[in-house]
Amino acid sequence: MGASQTRSESVYQELMDKTGFSLEQIKNLKKRFLHLSGNEETISRENLDAIPALANNPIRKQIIEAFFDKRNQRSSEVGHLEEIGFEQFVMVMSHFRPPALRTSVEEREVMRKEKLQFLFNMHDTDNDGVITLVEYRKVVEELLSKSGAIGHEAARAIADAAMLEVASTNVPDMAPDDFYEGITFEHFEQILKGLEMESRMHIRFLDVDTSTMRCGKSTS
Amino acid sequence: MRLCGFVHVWLLGSVLLLLPLRGVTQVKDGHPGYHSNSTESQHGHGSSITEVPIVTFKWHHVEKPYLIALWILVAFLGKMVIEANHHVTSIIPESALLICFGFILGGMIWGADKKQTFTLTPEVFFFYLLPQVILDAGYTMPNKLFFSNLGAIMIYAIIGTCWNAASVGLSLWGCHMGGAMGNIEVGLLQYLLFGSLIAAVDPVAVIAVFEQVHVNEVLFIMVFGESLLNDGVTVVLFNVFDAFVSLGGPAINAAEIVKGIVSFFVVAFGGSLMGFVFGLLISILTRCTKNIKIIEPGFVFVLGYLSYLTAEMLSLSAILSIVFCGICCQKYINSNMDENSVNTVRYCMKVLANGSETMIFVFLGISAIDKEIWVWNTGFILLTLLFIIVYRIIGVFFLTWILNKFRLVPIEFIDQVIMSYGGLRGAVAYGLAVMLDGSKIKEKNLMISTTLIVVYFTVIFQGITMKPLVMWLKVKRAQATEITLIEKVQNKVFDHMLIAIEDISGQIGHNYMRDKWKHFEEKWMSWVLMKPSARKSRDHVFSVFHQLNLKDALSYVAEGERRGSLEFIRNESAIVNFKKKFEEDYDVVMPDIMADMSDDRGDMSDIRNPVPSVSLEMHEQTMKGVRETEDVNSHHLLHQHLYKSRKQHRHRYSRSHFNINEDENEVQEIFQRTMRSRLESFKSAKMGVAPPKTISKHPKKDQQQKMANGKPMDKTKSSHSGDEDFEFSEADSASGFEASGQSFPMRVTYRPGAGIENPAFMPDMDPMAPLQIPPWLAEAELDSSTVAPSQRAQVRLPWTPNNLRRLAPLRISTRSTDSFMMADTPAILQVQQQQQRRRRERDEDFDLPPPPPPPPTDM
Repeated sequence: MGASQTRSESVYQELMDKTGFSLEQIKNLKKRFLHLSGNEETISRENLDAIPALANNPIRKQIIEAFFDKRNQRSSEVGHLEEIGFEQFVMVMSHFRPPALRTSVEEREVMRKEKLQFLFNMHDTDNDGVITLVEYRKVVEELLSKSGAIGHEAARAIADAAMLEVASTNVPDMAPDDFYEGITFEHFEQILKGLEMESRMHIRFLDVDTSTMRCGKSTS
Repeated sequence: MRLCGFVHVWLLGSVLLLLPLRGVTQVKDGHPGYHSNSTESQHGHGSSITEVPIVTFKWHHVEKPYLIALWILVAFLGKMVIEANHHVTSIIPESALLICFGFILGGMIWGADKKQTFTLTPEVFFFYLLPQVILDAGYTMPNKLFFSNLGAIMIYAIIGTCWNAASVGLSLWGCHMGGAMGNIEVGLLQYLLFGSLIAAVDPVAVIAVFEQVHVNEVLFIMVFGESLLNDGVTVVLFNVFDAFVSLGGPAINAAEIVKGIVSFFVVAFGGSLMGFVFGLLISILTRCTKNIKIIEPGFVFVLGYLSYLTAEMLSLSAILSIVFCGICCQKYINSNMDENSVNTVRYCMKVLANGSETMIFVFLGISAIDKEIWVWNTGFILLTLLFIIVYRIIGVFFLTWILNKFRLVPIEFIDQVIMSYGGLRGAVAYGLAVMLDGSKIKEKNLMISTTLIVVYFTVIFQGITMKPLVMWLKVKRAQATEITLIEKVQNKVFDHMLIAIEDISGQIGHNYMRDKWKHFEEKWMSWVLMKPSARKSRDHVFSVFHQLNLKDALSYVAEGERRGSLEFIRNESAIVNFKKKFEEDYDVVMPDIMADMSDDRGDMSDIRNPVPSVSLEMHEQTMKGVRETEDVNSHHLLHQHLYKSRKQHRHRYSRSHFNINEDENEVQEIFQRTMRSRLESFKSAKMGVAPPKTISKHPKKDQQQKMANGKPMDKTKSSHSGDEDFEFSEADSASGFEASGQSFPMRVTYRPGAGIENPAFMPDMDPMAPLQIPPWLAEAELDSSTVAPSQRAQVRLPWTPNNLRRLAPLRISTRSTDSFMMADTPAILQVQQQQQRRRRERDEDFDLPPPPPPPPTDM
């Protein structure tokens, strides 16, 4: 028992170094992970799909896919995983870690890039570094699918119009024969300058276990 | 320049003022004058009429409203003069200038009356000037930002204000005890009362200054939200302490203090709740105003004002009430009401708010020029100034320090500095100071004059130094960006992503709560408060899309008008050449213009810029100017002519309906009309005139055919690139020739009988038909009588609907396309069909899996 305890401690330590989460946060996430996976070592897409709160989310598919995308694991690999372990789970989560109280300008820039990359990867489903119109349309359609009044056609038109915007801002002088292949990461960055990604894309990871707080029971 | 401006105002003001002042001085200076005057007027039309008066001068009959109107006029004129010169307002904020303007006016009144006859009374201020300013603030509040920072704002507003009031009051009392004030009769409670009235940051002053500085949105909402809410808080505090002072020191025991605290919360939250209720009431009411569209904006104002008065009546916080009324109703009324009504509300709100803001500042200035209120006590005044600044800084830094422990995004040090420096005091403090009861507070005038000095110091000095400070500290500024569709889409993606991640990680955070609230809101509140029709088209992305479409359509019309003008057509080739030549340079210097220009070729390219191209007939220096003037011209033309024909013979007066230019049809109609005139001009050029020599030189007809295939067009254009000047002159001579030789036949072709039947031509205009000349053409004819579109008009097709692809699914869809196709001559028809076919092919291409290389069609 003691051995496994220290082993998991060291694993946690490693994760903390990698992701910047605190020990409590990692323990919390571990709990959640086990809850989601049904006490398995790995999580599959079905596990995530089954989360009831997610049912209403129009871009559920993309987000779940992001967890299984190797690009979001901060390694140079490309491709998709079938199942992810806890480490990968935490890695994806770490994209949403709030910034520390004092961050330098460079750190901020790095953070911003990372977050943008995450967002970009979510759109770029085929890993070719370009969000094509077809890929973009898909996201927009799903995004708008919930509000019933907007049909398929309108969603497409919106995607097209958005694409036009990108094209016109990034390639102002396009020759008539040119074909705008899609949004590259640089363009993506350019467009979303105004979004203040680094100060918005994060959620609060509580240090205290919420599930126990709600039940009022202490965990063993 | 500024001096000169003031001199003007002086002159104008004296002319305007001295006239009525005569009357006023007589009235206010003493009864004799009034009596004599009234007897005189009685004499004029009293019982002893000897003859029927043709005209009588009845100043007293109209005095009060007349003076009010005059004051408003003077204040507005003052603002106009101040705003006339932007060099001054960029350094000194407008509010400070208005106060100075008030000094001058006050001096004039003083000079005329030897007494201050006009001061800002609390009644006028709180009942007639303040509500609309606050309502506007609430109505235009960025809700999401406000509510996501609500916690911090509340802490600043409630705890911060209490801290300021208590610390200033106690410190002053301490100094008093230490003997710094000399011999004045102020007790501890009165010091606290004074502290509470001076504690609050004033929204009017803050908005006036921060609006011009453009700080980042979080900082803005912090300062703005705090100033709004703490007004309510300070009024409540003031009332509590006022009650304490009335009770007198010995009568206050623990029970009274507890009551005071309870009443504080009841008043503040009761007021907010009242506003909430009224907000819902407005929302429900606007749900059923379908048939009285013309007065529907009135509900917002009347009910907003009523919420203020009701809260006041129940001695709840009126300011908080009207703030929350505005905040709650904005979303629902904006979607319930007609677009026109929404615009009306917005504009009226701005007119009222801006107007009374102006009045407030002017009167703050005027009030100063009054010997009676000035009591100087160096210790009291300077210490007050010092304390409010010091304690504000301490309060902000301490509260932020606590808040930063809990905030996801900490408030930065620089922002804290600006927040503490942004503690401007304003008219609310003055209004409260004047409301003090002179019989109980001996040093009322000292308090008023101290308040005035604090107000002037903060508004003028801090207001002026705010901008340099913001620059110097490099505060993160808000980027004034145009809203783009993609950003909006990304924002939405973003929100959903955050919610999803919270769900997955099992956290209950802000996003989760917001999501739950949104669901609740969508399910219940919207159902009750919103029209069913409004509920449907409520998606934000879609509304942006809609707006962009409207913009497109409008700019398209402007473009159509502009293209109708001779220069544009003539010089179209020049644009291309020009662009080719300077492409690289301009890319760097003016990317946006290049973006616009790229549109010309966009006709054939796959991805098209939605913004129409610019007319570039001059050299680079004048390029921008030309664009602007053309914009102005075309707008002018639009306004002058586009609807006239229809209005002319359908005009009728109705108090309750705006029959002309119904909103939904407006864009559609503009579109149809411009297209029609475009077509007609095109046809007239084609059939009426045969441009003499150009055809042989440039085989345009062939080009038309080739253009459909895309590529050749570009080649021919580039082959012209050397001789743009030549093109200019040639086109000139050509059109000149046409004008002199064949101007009459040209006109004939405008007539529907002579031309080709145009299905888009509306039958209801037929009675006027023979005289119907496309308005902008008529204008051009008057101007120069050279209306012949030159050869370029034949090269370029009239803009086809596929230029407006964004519009396609929304409304135009099949109808207008068809009408164009039918309307055109066979040659064009053919081309258009080809284009359409091409487009269809292209669309089909898109449906296939992504083709990384360009599609293998004829593109």
